[in-house]
Amino acid sequence: MPHTNPASAEPILRLREISKSFGAVSALTEIELDVYAGEVVALVGDNGAGKSTLVNILAGVHQPTTGTIEYLGQQVTLASPSAALGMGIATVFQDLALCENLDVVANLFLGHELSAWRLDEVKMEVRAWALLSELAARIPSVRLPIASLSGGQRQTVAIARSLLLDPKIIMLDEPTAALGVAQTAEVLNLIERVRDRGLGVIVISHNMDEVRAVADRIVVLRLGRNNGVFTADTSHEDLVAAITGAAENSVTRRQKSRAERDGQERPHDQR
Amino acid sequence: MTNADRNTTAAPLDRSDNRLRDDQSFAGALRAFLDRVRSGDLGMLPVAVGLVVISLVFTALNPVFLAPNNLVNLLFDCATVGVISLGIVCVLMLGEIDLSVGSMSGLASAIVGVLWVNSGVPIVLAIFIALGAGALVGVVYAFLFTRLGMPSFVATLSGLLALLGMQLYLLGSTGSINLPYQSELVRFGQILIMPDWLTYALAVVPGVALVLGGLSTNRQRIAEGLSPIAVRLVVTKAVILTAALVFAGWYLNLGRGLPWMFALFVVLAVVLNYGLTRTKWGRSMFAVGGNREAARRAGINVKRIYLSAFVLCSTLAAAGGILAASRLASSSQQAGTGDVNLNAIAAAVIGGTSLFGGRGSAWSAVLGIIVIQAISNGLTLLNLSSSLRYMITGAVLAIAVIVDSLARRSRVSHGRG
Ligand SMILES: Nc1ncnc2c1ncn2[C@@H]1O[C@H](COP(=O)(O)OP(=O)(O)OP(=O)(O)O)[C@@H](O)[C@H]1O
Ligand SMILES: [Mg+2]
Repeated sequence: MPHTNPASAEPILRLREISKSFGAVSALTEIELDVYAGEVVALVGDNGAGKSTLVNILAGVHQPTTGTIEYLGQQVTLASPSAALGMGIATVFQDLALCENLDVVANLFLGHELSAWRLDEVKMEVRAWALLSELAARIPSVRLPIASLSGGQRQTVAIARSLLLDPKIIMLDEPTAALGVAQTAEVLNLIERVRDRGLGVIVISHNMDEVRAVADRIVVLRLGRNNGVFTADTSHEDLVAAITGAAENSVTRRQKSRAERDGQERPHDQR
Repeated sequence: MTNADRNTTAAPLDRSDNRLRDDQSFAGALRAFLDRVRSGDLGMLPVAVGLVVISLVFTALNPVFLAPNNLVNLLFDCATVGVISLGIVCVLMLGEIDLSVGSMSGLASAIVGVLWVNSGVPIVLAIFIALGAGALVGVVYAFLFTRLGMPSFVATLSGLLALLGMQLYLLGSTGSINLPYQSELVRFGQILIMPDWLTYALAVVPGVALVLGGLSTNRQRIAEGLSPIAVRLVVTKAVILTAALVFAGWYLNLGRGLPWMFALFVVLAVVLNYGLTRTKWGRSMFAVGGNREAARRAGINVKRIYLSAFVLCSTLAAAGGILAASRLASSSQQAGTGDVNLNAIAAAVIGGTSLFGGRGSAWSAVLGIIVIQAISNGLTLLNLSSSLRYMITGAVLAIAVIVDSLARRSRVSHGRG
């Protein structure tokens, strides 16, 4: 891996004992997370494990109930999304957060338009095409309103937007969930490219192959708590066990019954 | 990449997807327009159709309706409520409402009357104080809405009553203050007319600006490797626009001519239109109206946008009230009551600004108020009582809102936000 050795450097982002509760629900409990420059951290966990909540806290959308966030060695409060963006933390939200009534260019530059008092539409359009082609986007026209784009096209727009401001950290919440084969490959390439440029990347995904293909470290969340940190060469079974919290779980049971149905030997004999 | 991907390698950046239909020709532009209308993106179409129908009906009933001097009067009347309606466009754009613009305009006219006529404050200062009062009321609404979470509907409804109370209190027992007829303010609202030559000169400006703007955009687009815009279409549009405006100017000049007060209204509309379409502030207005949370996550200061809209709305309402006082040469307890509120809101909606937020234009206030005042003027010419006028205006507003909601439903199903 061409990135700097994490052990030798300070993390650019350091989360300590972050907890977040929504009323009676504690979505996150004492989460610890480090992200180094030039590193891809995958955040995995079952539905409702608290991944998006963690991302939203780092994006300034939610405030943590307790805990501290250190960014570039300084303790910070991310009081609003604009504060997070201003510090160089860019986010692709799970629900994308696009304005359907505006066109692609307007959404890409939303809040950061070129020349505030006399919008430079031509420059913005050129920049939009450049960003989108980097992602192998299939968008017929950047002057279409978002409402008329497909789910994957919208996702591409949201990813392109996160690159616009030259961030130091990019967080992608299930960026490939709606993407086609070529676009998924481009996003994975892109993640590696920005990692090699020295950015920190946090990526959330439910696709373990994808996670292991791109991540340097895999952080598992389970029911709002840390449940281990793994490397990319961890086996599928161990990851699934950490995610679901048991060696004997619905995934292994399913594999087992399937193996028996096929009349084959079980590939791994577990305990 | 395969050939299918890149069969148009030489095409400009934005024309390389071969699924995109070329709408650059006249036929293409017409087709694109029909597509938009069919999908519920009606824009100014209802208002244009409405104006034609109204003119035909009222002229048939009473030919005086189309007489040049009647139209001049119509434009005088349009300017007062029209300015209020410009502010309504701003709050509707965010999906909010201000129901107190009528009371605010009445209060502003009372402030000017009391300060200027009764207390001898210089007129300019009195006007600034009235506008400042409007701005202050807007700040209060924004505070109630963004900090205390009070729906704008309720906040401004209570404002309606409170401001009306203040207006009555200021005017006291006399109930009405006459403004001096010889003053510039009253002359502005009743007789000041543009010289003929200036009307013609101004009629040419929009067309020229359109062509020059189009050419400069085109030069920039080609330099940056984008496809050029269809200059022929722009020129055609400019020619039609100029012809229409010159004809309108000529026709008004057959009578008294173009009122300065209406020109002020149009200038305000031009400024607001520029703000909404060409500045970061305008982009943010559309974004907050379309998806408030998305706008916040994009780093927009949503509270400040709400503040700007409420302040603009109340300030423009105050300005409209001052214009109304100059039009009537009085500040009275009746100022701003009755149908002022509803007319201002109806004008914006009829002109195509959506009640649901995220969609609208400053021009909707201009065209919408012309429709509303044309109806009101025509009914007055027919000697119909105000009871009937109210009913008809109410029905027109209902129709406009129905068109708006149906169009919105259609837009959603056609993917046009
Ligand atoms: N705004 C909110 N208000 C109340 N509860 C919330 C809110 N957002 C998240 N939660 C709760 O927090 C928990 C974690 O949710 P979160 O969205 O972080 O899960 P996730 O790991 O992203 O899941 P998924 O894989 O389905 O996206 C859930 O139990 C959810 O109900
Ligand atoms: Mg999630």
